[in-house]
Amino acid sequence: MRHFEEQLDELRNRLLEMSGLVESAVYRSVHAVVNRDEDLARGVMDNEARVNEMEMAIDDMAVRLLALEQPVAVDLRLITAAIKINSDLERMGDLAVSIAERALSLMHEPSVNAQIDIPYMATLVESMVRKSLDSFVKRDSDLARNVLTSDDAVDSLRNGIYKEMVRFMEENPGSIPQALSLIFVARNLERIADHATNIAEDVLFLVEGIDVRHHAEART
Amino acid sequence: MEAAAKMPQMKSEDEKAEGVVPGHKVREVGEKFEVSNLNFYYASYHALYDVHLRILRNRITALIGPSGCGKSTFLRTLNRMCEAVRGTRAEGEILLDREDIFSMDLVTLRRRVGMVFQKPNPFPKSIFDNIAYGPRVNGLARKADLAATVEASLRRAALWDEVKDQLRKSAYALSGGQQQRLCIARALAVNPEVLLLDEPCSALDPIATAKIEELLYSLKDSCTIVIVTHNMQQAARVSSHTGFFLMGRLVEMNETDILFKKPAKKETEDYITGRFG
Repeated sequence: MRHFEEQLDELRNRLLEMSGLVESAVYRSVHAVVNRDEDLARGVMDNEARVNEMEMAIDDMAVRLLALEQPVAVDLRLITAAIKINSDLERMGDLAVSIAERALSLMHEPSVNAQIDIPYMATLVESMVRKSLDSFVKRDSDLARNVLTSDDAVDSLRNGIYKEMVRFMEENPGSIPQALSLIFVARNLERIADHATNIAEDVLFLVEGIDVRHHAEART
Repeated sequence: MEAAAKMPQMKSEDEKAEGVVPGHKVREVGEKFEVSNLNFYYASYHALYDVHLRILRNRITALIGPSGCGKSTFLRTLNRMCEAVRGTRAEGEILLDREDIFSMDLVTLRRRVGMVFQKPNPFPKSIFDNIAYGPRVNGLARKADLAATVEASLRRAALWDEVKDQLRKSAYALSGGQQQRLCIARALAVNPEVLLLDEPCSALDPIATAKIEELLYSLKDSCTIVIVTHNMQQAARVSSHTGFFLMGRLVEMNETDILFKKPAKKETEDYITGRFG
C-alpha cells in the first residue's frame, strides 16, 4: 500500500474513533435524562475534551494531506467529506454535553408528568447517528439516503414536544424550569439529527460525487 | 463517440467559464477541431485507436495520460507534425473549422496551428530575429512593421518587459523559462489560431511554470490552446477540459473540474489518484 493510502486509512480510522466517542456521548446523554443517571451525564462531560482534541488532530491531518498530496477524485472527496464530518461530530459532541447538563439539572427536580416521548425521539435520533456513521464506514449511499428521510420525523416530534410543553407550562406554572429543560433536550436532539443528516449528505458526495444539500429532489 | 457526447452545451459552458453577466453578448464558441475515427500508425505499430473528440475554440484543453499512451502523438496529428516521422500513417478525420486538415496545404496548416515543445528550442539568433523569423519567411510583415510585430508578440508572451532593452542579444542568454516564453512568442508572431504545447513546463522551475500558465490563460481569448502535460495539477489549474488517454485510446474527455472531482471512468480515477497499474 502506498504511503498516501496508509495516511488516508489513518484519517478514516481516526474519524471512526471519534464517531464512536460521539455516538456513545449522544446515547449516554439521552439515557442520563431518561434514567436520571448522574454518572452517565458526568461521563459525557468528561469526554468532551477528548472529542475536541480529536477534532483538531483530524483537521490538522486533513489539511496536511490536502497541502502535501494534492488529492483528486475519490481521495479529494474523502478528505473534504472527512473535514465536514469531523466538524459535525464535534458539534454533536457539544450538543450531547448540553443534554447531559440538562440531565443534571432535571435530576434534582420532580418528574414532569406530560405526554411527551423523549425516549422515542432519542431512539430515532440515535438510529440516524448510527446509520449516518455506518453509511460512511461502508460507503453505502442507500443507507445515507435512509438517514435523510428520517429527518422530517424528528422535526415533527420536536414540534409535538414543544406544543405539549407549552400546554403543560400553562397548566403547571410551577414546573416551568423542568419543562424548559425538556424543550432544550428535544431541540438539541433535533440538532443532532440535523448533523447526522449533514453527514449522510457528505457520504452521498463521497460515494456518488453529488451535492444534495438544499436539493430535496436529488435526495431520492 | 462517447467522449464527444460529453462535451458541454456551448452557451452555458461559455457563460460559466467566463463569468459572463446574463444578457451580455457572449462570444460565439464552437468546435475548433472535430476529430473522428482517428487511427494512427508508426509503421505496423498502432498508436491511436478510433479517437473521437472535439476541441472547443478559445478554450484550454489538457491531455493527460501515462508515457506512451498516445497523447503527444495525438497532439502532433493536429498540425500533421507526425508526418515528419517516416512510415507513419493517419486514418480518420480531423476538421479544423470544418475543413479537413489532411487535404490542407501543410504550410498553411502549420501557420494556423503553431507548436511549442517540451524543451525550449530558440534559434541560434538574436531575440529579435527569433521572433521575426516566422513573419519574414511567411512574408507576413513588411520590414518596417517587423519591429511592431516583434514587440506585440513579446508582449503577448509576457516577455517584453524583461527583454526590451536586449533584443539584439542571443536568445541563448535567456533563462530556461524566458526561452520557453520566447518560443511561445515566436509561435505567436505568425498569429496562429491554435497553439499546441507538448509538456512546455517540464524543464522549468515553479516560478517559470507559473508565468507560462498565466500566459496561457491570457492567450486563450485569442487562441485555442491544447496542452499535453504529465503534471496533473497543471492540467487542473489551466484547462477547462481534460482528456485522458490510455494505451492509444481516449478513455474520457470531460470538463476539468468534473474529471478531477468525479471522473466517469474507473481507469481515469485510478490514473489520477496514482493507483494506476
